[in-house]
Amino acid sequence: MKKTDSNYSRRSFLKVSSLSGGGFMLGISWFASAKPVETLAELGAEPIWQELTSYIKITPDNVIKIFSPNPEFGQNVMTSLPMLVAEELDVDFKAIVVEQASYNPALFNRQFTGGSQSIRSAWKLLRTAGASARQMLLTAASQAWNVPVAELTTSKGQVKHAASGKSATYGSFASAASKLPVPKDIVLKANKGFRLLGTPQKNVEGSKIVHGKPLFGMDYKEEGMLIAMTERPPAFGMRLKSFDATAAKKMPGIVDVFTIQVYEPTQKLAMFDTRSFNEVIAVVGKSTWDVLNARKRLNVVWENAPDIKEIMNNRETVVPRGLESTSKHYADMLAMDKKPGRVERKDGEPEKAFEAAKHIIERTYTAPFLAHNIMEPTNTFAHFQGNKVRFVAPIQGPDFIANTIATRLGIPKENIEIQLARMGGGFGRRAYGHYMVEAALISKQANAPVKLVYSREDDVSGGIYRPTYQLTYRAAFDENKRLTVMHIKGGGIPESPLHANRFPAGAIDNYMAESWSIPSNITVGAFRAPRSNFNAAAEQSFLDEIAEYMGKDPIAFRLELLKRAKESPVGKNNDYDASRYMGVLELVRDKSGWGKPENANKKRGVSAYFCHNSYAAQVIDLHVKDGQVIVDHVISAVDCGVVVNPEGAKNMAEGAAIDGIGNALFGNLTFTEGSTNQKNFDTYRMIRHNEAPKKIDVHFVANEIDPTGLGEPPFPPIFGAMANAIYQATGKRLYKQPFGNQIA
Amino acid sequence: MIKKFTLRINKKSHTVEVDENMPLLWVLRDILDMKGTKYGCGVGSCGACTVHLNGIAVRSCQLPISSLANQQITTIEGLAEKGDHPVQKAWLDLDVAQCGYCQSGQIMSAAALLKNTPRPTEEDIDNFMSGNICRCGTYTRIKKAIQLAASNTK
Repeated sequence: MKKTDSNYSRRSFLKVSSLSGGGFMLGISWFASAKPVETLAELGAEPIWQELTSYIKITPDNVIKIFSPNPEFGQNVMTSLPMLVAEELDVDFKAIVVEQASYNPALFNRQFTGGSQSIRSAWKLLRTAGASARQMLLTAASQAWNVPVAELTTSKGQVKHAASGKSATYGSFASAASKLPVPKDIVLKANKGFRLLGTPQKNVEGSKIVHGKPLFGMDYKEEGMLIAMTERPPAFGMRLKSFDATAAKKMPGIVDVFTIQVYEPTQKLAMFDTRSFNEVIAVVGKSTWDVLNARKRLNVVWENAPDIKEIMNNRETVVPRGLESTSKHYADMLAMDKKPGRVERKDGEPEKAFEAAKHIIERTYTAPFLAHNIMEPTNTFAHFQGNKVRFVAPIQGPDFIANTIATRLGIPKENIEIQLARMGGGFGRRAYGHYMVEAALISKQANAPVKLVYSREDDVSGGIYRPTYQLTYRAAFDENKRLTVMHIKGGGIPESPLHANRFPAGAIDNYMAESWSIPSNITVGAFRAPRSNFNAAAEQSFLDEIAEYMGKDPIAFRLELLKRAKESPVGKNNDYDASRYMGVLELVRDKSGWGKPENANKKRGVSAYFCHNSYAAQVIDLHVKDGQVIVDHVISAVDCGVVVNPEGAKNMAEGAAIDGIGNALFGNLTFTEGSTNQKNFDTYRMIRHNEAPKKIDVHFVANEIDPTGLGEPPFPPIFGAMANAIYQATGKRLYKQPFGNQIA
Repeated sequence: MIKKFTLRINKKSHTVEVDENMPLLWVLRDILDMKGTKYGCGVGSCGACTVHLNGIAVRSCQLPISSLANQQITTIEGLAEKGDHPVQKAWLDLDVAQCGYCQSGQIMSAAALLKNTPRPTEEDIDNFMSGNICRCGTYTRIKKAIQLAASNTK
């Protein structure tokens, strides 16, 4: 998406106003990540902030505050987004104050954390904000000193005039600057002029984190706040029939017990309105412990739900009845493979090519449902009063759910205030804000501020999961073992993972992609690199296996295909850039010493994938000991364009490797009669310290491409690299995730 | 049954009147408003709620308040008076955290490990820390930070 300057001018960050005294922006906000902390504390209760664009506030004594617009869930945007502003504003990053902005679509653009888009969508906008404010300060200085702007320079929050030797802080011009018109046609720095971007900057909330300061939604508390939890059906496919709360209400600390309908039965739902159960029992009390105990005293009768019609994304869908089980899921998926699917892409004459084949390799890959297992369980604070509601919410997409809240509560969208709490993980789970609707309804009914909290069991057993998937790859070869055709057929419950126009589409003359899906009442949604997180595993395992059949080196084979896609691509809709794809493969080849004699004894696998606009490749070295996989080394190569904060970026790519290895080896959510067999971390196996790689090296492709996203892209290829390295170590090709129990 | 208990937390006395079975985790978070100790699983499987009991790392979600009289409890807020415990400093030096939610538990475990094993091997770290889950995947950085803290502790 390309933003033009006219778009910026419509944004009200250019609507400059000066604020003084009062207002929620002032004082020491719960969310002000003060850096340094002392600076903010010294300001006292009523500092005077001059607003220069909605992203910057400056006091007369030169305290500079930069707002981070997007929700923070560990991807470190609260550090990297303000860096974009600070670069062009020309301030000392270590001396500024960073504050998490509240949800405010009038002031901030795209306050959504997801799709690896935060930096990408802010890249020009936030730099423009910084550059505009700097220009306004320069103009104010030129008027005050009666010298041309062209003779002024800036450095670390100071304006200087070399000829006269004059120098003053931004703060001294902030008031005058804030009254100036916002400049148009701002010219941003060329990349080579960056002084801050590309340098490692520490997490602005690091100190609060290591000292256990309240930061997360779960930590929020205010006067009169009650705790609420909800009791939900024990299985997908069930619903509430009746309940008796007499005993629960008599429990200590319990204030009320009642049911809520999350959405009206006829409410039109949008993409992020998914919720696992619509009617739930709310238990409201004084402490979490009181509520947890009272939940055990509820007498509830659940019943099997019928087929339920729903309008989602303007389409009528049916949530089918039934209590589903994993064994049947896999059998059903296998059966779909035998039926014709929806043809989503066809190049050349795939059928003929298969008929003419001398040899065919066909492999079917599967992966289970996965739970997000965000370490901070789902929660939110809500206070409904009159026709207004105020939230302190860990939420990835406040704007999506604000529409839904307005509809469900029957209030204007402007009456919804959302303070964005730091999230203890998200990974897609907190894109679905139904819990905010629930909390608002509970607050309204209880007539009190409430914090709605899910238990870990609630989160694991009633989630919005990564779907279970299956992909069948079929390739044919001629008498010289040359690849002549590839056919990919895939689907899932309840959605297909297929990306029909992704590599190796475009690299093969005869190609066909087919898709199918099986409806389900199990709720699914975005999970770090949706669909890609499975496609990469299947595709990259299959390419490895056919390269072996053809007697080709796995990296050389991929590069050969990509060269074809680059030089004479097949088809028109290929959604990847073959050059950048090749770039990460070449980088990981060189950095890992691939094919070098000194590495001949290593059991290593390679994998590469493109998703969310960026490219990543990995080589994994591992060995097997006592039936357990031990990952010795991960070498990761990433092309995400310009790297804003190298240390933060490295951390995220390392995390993607560990998260990927964990899910590849252990991630597994299974169902019996609609109910998850795993309820908590004692049964849902997460990767732990002793299973993490011994070493991870991350390398970024150096280029001047505008940032293209990083949270998701390094995650999917890990699954393929694991499968391929396990094959090298054990001689076994694994097709069914998770791999961990198939090693011995 | 609701009873009065006096706890010794971070070298200060706190008197609370709560259900005798209430785990220390919820006493800390809901009653005493000390939010550094996190709720992650409630079954002692994730380590997010790790505190020190007489210097030993324990899961506060598994400790009923009635068992804690006359015990010395240390939470992340009291790990070092000035917040400069070598483990906290190493965490900042290596910028360990991503989302940060599990990190108070990780830090409390790491501090307990170093107290008894000032020069831990990689295996010592793996074994001791394997009760603390991090979904963001900061394990390799945590290991480096523990090694850094060990080398900075004389």
